[in-house]
Amino acid sequence: MNSLRVFFVGGLISYRALFGWLTPAVYIPALILTPIFQILLFAYIGRAAGSQGDEFYVIGNAIQYASVPCIFVMSQTIADERFFQTLGPILISPAHRVPLFLGRALPVIVNALFVAAFALFAGGLILSITFSATSWLRLVPVLAVAMFSCTGLGLITGAIGLRIRETAVLSNVLVGLLLIFCGANVALASLPHWMAEIGRALPLTHAIAAARAVTNGGTLGQVQGLLGKEAALGIVYTVAGFGLIRFMERQSRLHATLERV
Amino acid sequence: MSALRIVWSGFRTNLKMLGTSSFFLLTSTVQPVIFATVAFYMFRSGGRSGTLLYAALGAGMMGVWSTTLFGSGGMIQWQRWQGTLEIGVASPPSLALVYLPFSLANAFTGMYALAATLVWGRLVFGVPLHFVHPWLFLLALPATVVSLGLMGLVLASTFVLYRYANAMSNLLEYPVWIASGLIFSTSILPGWTRPVSWVLPPYWGILALRHAALGGGVWGPLAAVLGLGLASIVVSFFTFRWFEHLSRARATLALT
Repeated sequence: MNSLRVFFVGGLISYRALFGWLTPAVYIPALILTPIFQILLFAYIGRAAGSQGDEFYVIGNAIQYASVPCIFVMSQTIADERFFQTLGPILISPAHRVPLFLGRALPVIVNALFVAAFALFAGGLILSITFSATSWLRLVPVLAVAMFSCTGLGLITGAIGLRIRETAVLSNVLVGLLLIFCGANVALASLPHWMAEIGRALPLTHAIAAARAVTNGGTLGQVQGLLGKEAALGIVYTVAGFGLIRFMERQSRLHATLERV
Repeated sequence: MSALRIVWSGFRTNLKMLGTSSFFLLTSTVQPVIFATVAFYMFRSGGRSGTLLYAALGAGMMGVWSTTLFGSGGMIQWQRWQGTLEIGVASPPSLALVYLPFSLANAFTGMYALAATLVWGRLVFGVPLHFVHPWLFLLALPATVVSLGLMGLVLASTFVLYRYANAMSNLLEYPVWIASGLIFSTSILPGWTRPVSWVLPPYWGILALRHAALGGGVWGPLAAVLGLGLASIVVSFFTFRWFEHLSRARATLALT
């Protein structure tokens, strides 16, 4: 029962604390408007390049941009505890580490889901692409799995943030790499083989493919293989991230570097 | 003479500060290379590989704009965090003159972006770097960079009032990339966006660079980018004075 409280209440409080800086004046430009402009930019480059239709870029970029809240917010949620020197009291507490850190991931996933869904809706509206109600119903679980797997990657960057200072730089690089490798703007078939293989090992790639399939009339059953791979990657990244957090915690105690900012 | 000294010493100081910021170096080198890579593959998959130099120039200019923007938003915010904004406001020279060298240094750092995308394009994608008018390219590049820096000064002046300058600068990144047609021709944009493009120095800057590299009239876009740069400097002197007065009257100068 206590673990459940730590998971839900702790996660919620941590997320609200994040809004100390993530006010509407920051949230709306960064997470509502910018993804729409990213969609427009790539849709127009796509038109100029003659490579894909607008729908390809709307889906790819709406989901890829959600990596910003997944990776930035997740890493910030953990790294900020260190910056504000509240990490010590948290790690001293007897709370189990799994609900403590995974509870912080849940609001991140919900927020990213909203960011991706809104970008899909608004980007589609501007470029005159309508998704049917059935497509939307099928997109929700696809987006949820995508945000879960990407938040797993965010957990890893958060863990690294326990040791390095420049988490924003690291997060930016990861978001950029996802832009290249996850098939948001260039189909995996158009990338060199080794790049496509890297893409398949990253979060979002399979979910973007699944989202494109369900909006083209595919059923969830037809994309269950893709969703299974995306979920499996999410589990791997989450377990790796959690393991890294435990490792960093032990290292920080050992070398007395817990609050070195 | 004193103004020149302020500009030169401010330029050098800010260039050194920017050189120690991994975030800024990332914005000016790694991010443009990422966008260039995506653009190269998009043009290749669309069967338009002949436009790779076009894409490299555009991605580089995207980096120049990003560094100008983040630098302009950041310079006021960083001064706030460091508690030096009031010192700049209290000093005898005009605030615009104090921040002019900072803006120029930001835009200068943006040139790393263009160098990075051209070198990346050449080494990784085999983009031929044969410029039709190489000397005009060398003339257009600093003119564009300086003009963007001066536009950054106008933006920075508004950020004196605005507490969330960084968020505002984030928001302005993509729209200007789009409206300036950095990686595609603005002819594919809706007609109502044309006047917006015309008042943006990056639009004329990329035209000048593109025409110098690929062929076309350079002097017209070059004159436009320089004209907009001069207009920016005049506007910034007024806006800095106005917003400085407002921020002092409302006591918002040190808000973090």
